[in-house]
Amino acid sequence: MKLKTVALAAALSVSTAISAFAEPVKVGMITTLSGGGAGLGIDVRDGFMLAVKKSGNKDIEVIVEDDTRKPDIAVQLADKMIQSEKVDIMTGIIWSNLAMAVVPAATAQGKFYLSPNAGPSALAGKGCHQNYFNVAWQNDNLAEAAGGYANDTGFKNSFLLAPNYPAGKDMLNGYKRFYKGDVNNEVYTQLGQKDYAAEIAQIRASGADSVYFFLPGGMGIAFMKQYAASGVDVPLIGPAFSFDQGILQAVGEAALGVKNTSQWNKDLDNAANKAFVEAFQAEYGRLPSLYASQGYDTANLILSAMGKASVKDADAFRAALKEADFDSVRGKFSFASNQHPIQDIYVREVVKEGDVFTNKLVSKTMTDHANAYTGDCAL
Amino acid sequence: MSLVLIAEQILNGLQFGIMLFLMAAGLTLIFGVMGLINLAHGSLYMVGAFAAAAVAGATGSFLLALVAALAAAALAGAIVEMVVIRRLYDRDHLDQVLATFALILIFSEGTRWVFGSFPLFLDIPAYLAGPVTLPGGIQYPLYRIALIVCGLLIALGLALMITKTRIGIQIRAGENDREMIAALGVDISKLYTIIFALGAALAGLAGALVGAIQSVEVGMGEPVLILAFVVIVIGGIGSIKGALVGSILVGLTDTLGGVFLPQFFQLFMEVSTATNVGSSLASMAIYILMGAVLIWRPTGLFGNSQ
Repeated sequence: MKLKTVALAAALSVSTAISAFAEPVKVGMITTLSGGGAGLGIDVRDGFMLAVKKSGNKDIEVIVEDDTRKPDIAVQLADKMIQSEKVDIMTGIIWSNLAMAVVPAATAQGKFYLSPNAGPSALAGKGCHQNYFNVAWQNDNLAEAAGGYANDTGFKNSFLLAPNYPAGKDMLNGYKRFYKGDVNNEVYTQLGQKDYAAEIAQIRASGADSVYFFLPGGMGIAFMKQYAASGVDVPLIGPAFSFDQGILQAVGEAALGVKNTSQWNKDLDNAANKAFVEAFQAEYGRLPSLYASQGYDTANLILSAMGKASVKDADAFRAALKEADFDSVRGKFSFASNQHPIQDIYVREVVKEGDVFTNKLVSKTMTDHANAYTGDCAL
Repeated sequence: MSLVLIAEQILNGLQFGIMLFLMAAGLTLIFGVMGLINLAHGSLYMVGAFAAAAVAGATGSFLLALVAALAAAALAGAIVEMVVIRRLYDRDHLDQVLATFALILIFSEGTRWVFGSFPLFLDIPAYLAGPVTLPGGIQYPLYRIALIVCGLLIALGLALMITKTRIGIQIRAGENDREMIAALGVDISKLYTIIFALGAALAGLAGALVGAIQSVEVGMGEPVLILAFVVIVIGGIGSIKGALVGSILVGLTDTLGGVFLPQFFQLFMEVSTATNVGSSLASMAIYILMGAVLIWRPTGLFGNSQ
């Protein structure tokens, strides 16, 4: 459990971003590397490390620790990183409940926290902080896009399903914010639940015309396989988390054709993304997921700020982060006033390419989308 | 609320309970006969699921996969018993918990090392896929019906084994008085290995059967293990009959609670509050059940009141 990797960037290529301020930066990454949600954390870590390696920047040191998806362990690791390792920047947390346990304390102690995944609404609104940046999305974003997509498709009566934890509630609220039809039923399941027979029976009896669900990681695998076996044929929609590259192979045919919303896909047409997808496959021998893309963007954001300011000068470094002067694999990327992304969101469809299940872009559903909480944030 | 929905949910609860029984049966035998708390039982469940996924991936046969799950889990169980567990019988429960907890970590990291961190694919075979229509117009997945039938057959087989066979007599004798059956010339260490392997095989089978409808991933056994412990506490430690009744009670309580409690609160609350309160209460329901049973019968429903 005490998996500890101290990785120093290898100076393989001639550096393109030679740091103007040769002040070393120590990054503490707490993420989920074992247990149920391990695939997500491993992708964030691998994406992050790939960006560090590609930059050839030797002034960045990354310490990686495994939180095993447990808030108490995440808090202990954060204390250790802040007090004994003396990191400058923290990142890595996947799950919103863990982020709520770690982020407020870290930013209050003057550390920067850059979230590569979790974006709970509590940290976007009243709880926003000048040292907290989210490089992925505010939790509601992809759900809002799914709501918009449901309107476009003409769904009028949706059945909503999510686990009972902060992100689950955000994901349902986000959907309802944009979706104009009726809500047939809202069901909250336990986090980590694997058997959805009871919920599927409710869907069968509900008469809904669409099922919107948010079940990340293994929960989504279980749900989709059971849904396919049940013979219920109400169309599914959801944010990308149940359809990421890591789990599609385990779901198999059951996911084919399902529409999902994401800020990224491997066939997004921009130079940074092409380079990322190629390099990731060459380095790790698998296709990147959206989590990997978020880890990669997070590292590049840190590297871009390191080129502009010293991390010891918090105000200058913060301003450099806020400029977001890096080539995001998503194309356009900037920060809203509460330091969450403004970005485009797309609809994807699960397809089979050869033997591999993956996503292809279908359409853009939101342009320059920020989030609903900028007004609540004092920044 | 239609009758069809209620019937379907009862079937769901039954199916969940029967899968729990496969886990709990081994756990309760091991605890009852050897007096050992085996936290690594969930790892054997995982071993079964991974073995099944690997063999199904290589051969495409689901039956072979189930055989592989049984064999791999039984083998892992036998090896673990001979190498580690055997040294723990005379120790107190804290040592057993520590050692078997270490086994969880070893199994999890070992599995990750061999198979990687991403979930594996294991699907139900084509001949069991899809729904069937039961009398009364209930549409229900065929595979889940197969699970219920398979689990009940195993329960029957276990009951016959315990009551009718020589090994069953030895197991019952071992529960009552370990020293005495050793004195009567029964090879107690061989008996222990057999019981441990049997319990492991049942756990592995459950892992493979459930893995096909859920996900095969590292750490899949621990949530089930906790429920299996609740089951054996409710049913009474060491009793197969108790494990069966306990697991069906837990399965039904968990499933029906999760569905009907939120709807019950909707009768007099706003929808989102009702969903919240109902879901929270539903996740507590089995523990409340356990508490109530323990107040009524401190040794569990079928436990020996010594």
